Amino acid sequence: MFGKLSLEAIPYHEPIIMVTAAVIGIVGAAVVGLLTYYRKWGYLWSEWITSIDHKKLGIMYFLVALVMLVRGFADAIMMRSQQAIAAGGSEGYLPPEHYDQIFSAHGVIMIFFVAMPMVIGLMNLVVPLQIGARDVAFPFMNNLSFWLFAAGVVLVNVSLVVGEFAKTGWLAYAPLSETAYSPGVGVDYWIWALQISGIGTTLTGINFFVTILKMRTKGMKLFRMPIFTWTALCTNVLIIASFPILTATIALLTLDRYLGMHFFTNDLGGNQMMYVNMIWAWGHPEVYILILPAFGVFSEVIATFSKKRLFGYNTMVWATVAITILSFMVWLHHFFTMGAGANVNAFFGIATMIIAIPTGVKIFNWLFTMYRGRVQFTSPVLWTLGFIITFTLGGMTGVMLAVPGANFVLHNSLFVIAHFHNVIIGGVVFGMMAGYAYWFPKAFGFKLDEKWGKRSFWCWLIGFYMAFMPLYVLSFYGAMRRMQSYENASWQPLMIVAWVGAVIILLGILCTVIQLIVSIRDREKNADVTGDPWDARTLEWAVSSPPPYYNFAHLPEVNSIDQFWEMKKQEGFAAQAPTQYHDVHMPKNTAAGPIMGIISIVFGFALIWHIWWLAALSAAGMFVTFLMRIFNDDIDYHVPAAEVERIEREHHKRLEMQA
Amino acid sequence: MRKKKYPRIFNILPLLLPLLLSGCGSALMAPKGEVGSELKSLILTAFGLMLIVVIPVIVMTLLFAWRYRHSNLMAKYAPDWSHSNKIEVVVWLIPCVIIFFLAILTWQTSHSLDPHKPLADKEDTLEIQAVSLDWKWLFIYPEQGIATVNEVAFPVDTPVHFRVSSGSVMNSFMIPTLGSQIYAMAGMDNDVHLIADKTGTYPGRSTNFSGAGFAEMTFDAHVTSEQDFQAWVDKVRNANDDTLSFPDSYRQLAEPSEDVPVKYYSNVSPSLYKDIIDSFRYGDGGQGAHAEEHDEVAMSAEAAE
Repeated sequence: MFGKLSLEAIPYHEPIIMVTAAVIGIVGAAVVGLLTYYRKWGYLWSEWITSIDHKKLGIMYFLVALVMLVRGFADAIMMRSQQAIAAGGSEGYLPPEHYDQIFSAHGVIMIFFVAMPMVIGLMNLVVPLQIGARDVAFPFMNNLSFWLFAAGVVLVNVSLVVGEFAKTGWLAYAPLSETAYSPGVGVDYWIWALQISGIGTTLTGINFFVTILKMRTKGMKLFRMPIFTWTALCTNVLIIASFPILTATIALLTLDRYLGMHFFTNDLGGNQMMYVNMIWAWGHPEVYILILPAFGVFSEVIATFSKKRLFGYNTMVWATVAITILSFMVWLHHFFTMGAGANVNAFFGIATMIIAIPTGVKIFNWLFTMYRGRVQFTSPVLWTLGFIITFTLGGMTGVMLAVPGANFVLHNSLFVIAHFHNVIIGGVVFGMMAGYAYWFPKAFGFKLDEKWGKRSFWCWLIGFYMAFMPLYVLSFYGAMRRMQSYENASWQPLMIVAWVGAVIILLGILCTVIQLIVSIRDREKNADVTGDPWDARTLEWAVSSPPPYYNFAHLPEVNSIDQFWEMKKQEGFAAQAPTQYHDVHMPKNTAAGPIMGIISIVFGFALIWHIWWLAALSAAGMFVTFLMRIFNDDIDYHVPAAEVERIEREHHKRLEMQA
Repeated sequence: MRKKKYPRIFNILPLLLPLLLSGCGSALMAPKGEVGSELKSLILTAFGLMLIVVIPVIVMTLLFAWRYRHSNLMAKYAPDWSHSNKIEVVVWLIPCVIIFFLAILTWQTSHSLDPHKPLADKEDTLEIQAVSLDWKWLFIYPEQGIATVNEVAFPVDTPVHFRVSSGSVMNSFMIPTLGSQIYAMAGMDNDVHLIADKTGTYPGRSTNFSGAGFAEMTFDAHVTSEQDFQAWVDKVRNANDDTLSFPDSYRQLAEPSEDVPVKYYSNVSPSLYKDIIDSFRYGDGGQGAHAEEHDEVAMSAEAAE
């Protein structure tokens, strides 16, 4: 009846898990209680859960990402604590069985459920506004993408309490992830959490690709698009091209595990090298999916706060495009030590290094944007400066890893760990934090508290260097990744330094939480009345903060790259209130997305535990919901001109009061 | 010693390095063999070459940010200046030139340091077969007819040809002090050539995560004089009367176990390594009984290689 599921699946004997579950339970109950007490369920359902508004979806993505950041960081600090203790014969406090799940979960959560939703969340919030559109090309699909992603999040978190998570590392290399070596449900949780959320990501990629190509406002040629939109376009190309590879790879592994096939098994012709190639053919573009939008954020931030045009716009675009293309030609550098011939290794090594050229050019372009500018040291700028220095160092260690010879001794060591945290924290996290501070007033109508934002930055910066520089050094002493314990006690002092670094990063995360609370408290004081708190350059700042749900009462016309900046130069622009309004055509909210998302949780859970009847039932449920959505023609409506006029008048009245 | 293949000019670059990395306890910065030494100078060279661009970037970042800070009204302000052919040429050229040199270095060292490349003639080379199991290393000495678990020994200044495979999941064979690692994969016959120029005991391990006992999947590599090596071989031969044969006692050994003590086998069938690799050609996990039924599969596996 319940497949492999029984009450024994709950790890009662693990105090860490049980306490965590209890805390999650209490917090969850408190949230449900408050929602009920304040009668907010209806509001939540109609304004958020069923919303197809790209801005609200963006906010939800980012919120989930911040929550999962805490979960992923809890894993991180547990690992650092374990490694600070488990030296010279000590086993530490985490047995391998637990430690292996933690580092697997940490990687999966940080990439798929923190970095990805931050990137996708910012794209959702910003891209349609930047291109002067009222929504994305496929609003329902956008909502569905979010709920499929959320289903993945739920499955990963369920694995904490019911059963186990994968003990295979975040990419679940076969044959370790095959039934013969991982008979438990851990890998199945990995499979279905990634498969379901991955389909959501693919849909997002298609959605934004079409949106950017087809929904730009009048006059916005490709080479007038803001750089963030350009990077988003390239990221979505990468998503469309690479996520199907992930889906196919996981599907083949699924066939191995569920139907006894032999794609990646040791015997019967299975080929583990094929798995490694396929997973990295997705995995390498994936890191560029994350970093390109961060590059976009830095480009916007540095131009805005230098009060100057971005240096070398065309170069920036072509560098982005070059990185996009090259990112598909370098996957083999993740396994030079597999034993391919010298020619193959040399080709992929050199291809990898070539990526450093456009990336280096971008760095110089940001520097020359500051040159002869007026740089305001706001928190987004601090994140950007921290990024330039940190990312340059990370890029350097990346090129060292790209030399096959050097890779033969650095591969699988802590050098790799230090390198990719160097670029992912220094690049993606700093970029997303810069974007968070930069666009927060656009989303909510008030600025974030600068003091706490800067504290957060300094904690992250110092914490990062303390946590990861020791790992570079340790790698030269032969310290490898994923070790639950180590014999050599002389590594311990540096491991303790790394632990202190992680604690400082924890303070950084706390500062971000405090910043949010303080900012909400002081929202009146920090209100953004004009919609343009930074004196910025692109179209998203031309509308009120937060923007009306239809974004633009009149679709703007674009004649130059920094269109809004140029518009502001014309005198009296802000006070100009249009005299005439028109009906605005908008999509309707839909329950189909959340319903399919919730059913997909049940579907995934049923497959993980081999509850076949429930899997069939939920698959049918999803299909029926989908059909009902397809045959529902009542999906759009017109906002009457009078309503548009009322909303716009209100905004202009506030503008005049401000003036 | 082999001659270094890349230009001499690169050799001065390591001098730029902070002393931090040259600690004498460091496996990679105080290597004990030719391969390790060349890898060390390669790492330092690449590092030095990149500092040429990294240091100016860091200096420029701090300098520009400070000089053009908002409150510094003395600095020139050019809000619409956003293009300069001269600067564009320079910022493309510098990374291109550095990557050009790095690419040459990469091409040459990828070939000169190819793990598959023998360091000497076959006659002068000692062959050791390393098989990763859950979670220990099996070393087979085909010429000596012995095998060991979690301990390997070889004479100093003798090129060693490690043939590397796996009886389980993917692992990676590495003795950091001596240089390159290589993946151990079931059904695959991989190899790496190493040599030690100083006697001593060097830690070795699997670097590729392979499950619960991975952290303790370590072994000691004893680099000895020729005489001591012979003595060690005799010791293993006379240690006991244990025979490692395929499949029976091998199956027993291959059972998952953690933190495994050193073990000696005084008799080993000469075809053991091949038997272990071949066992994955068929579906029964190594018994070899259904070989004929799976003929087609076996052929496709060969074709895949």
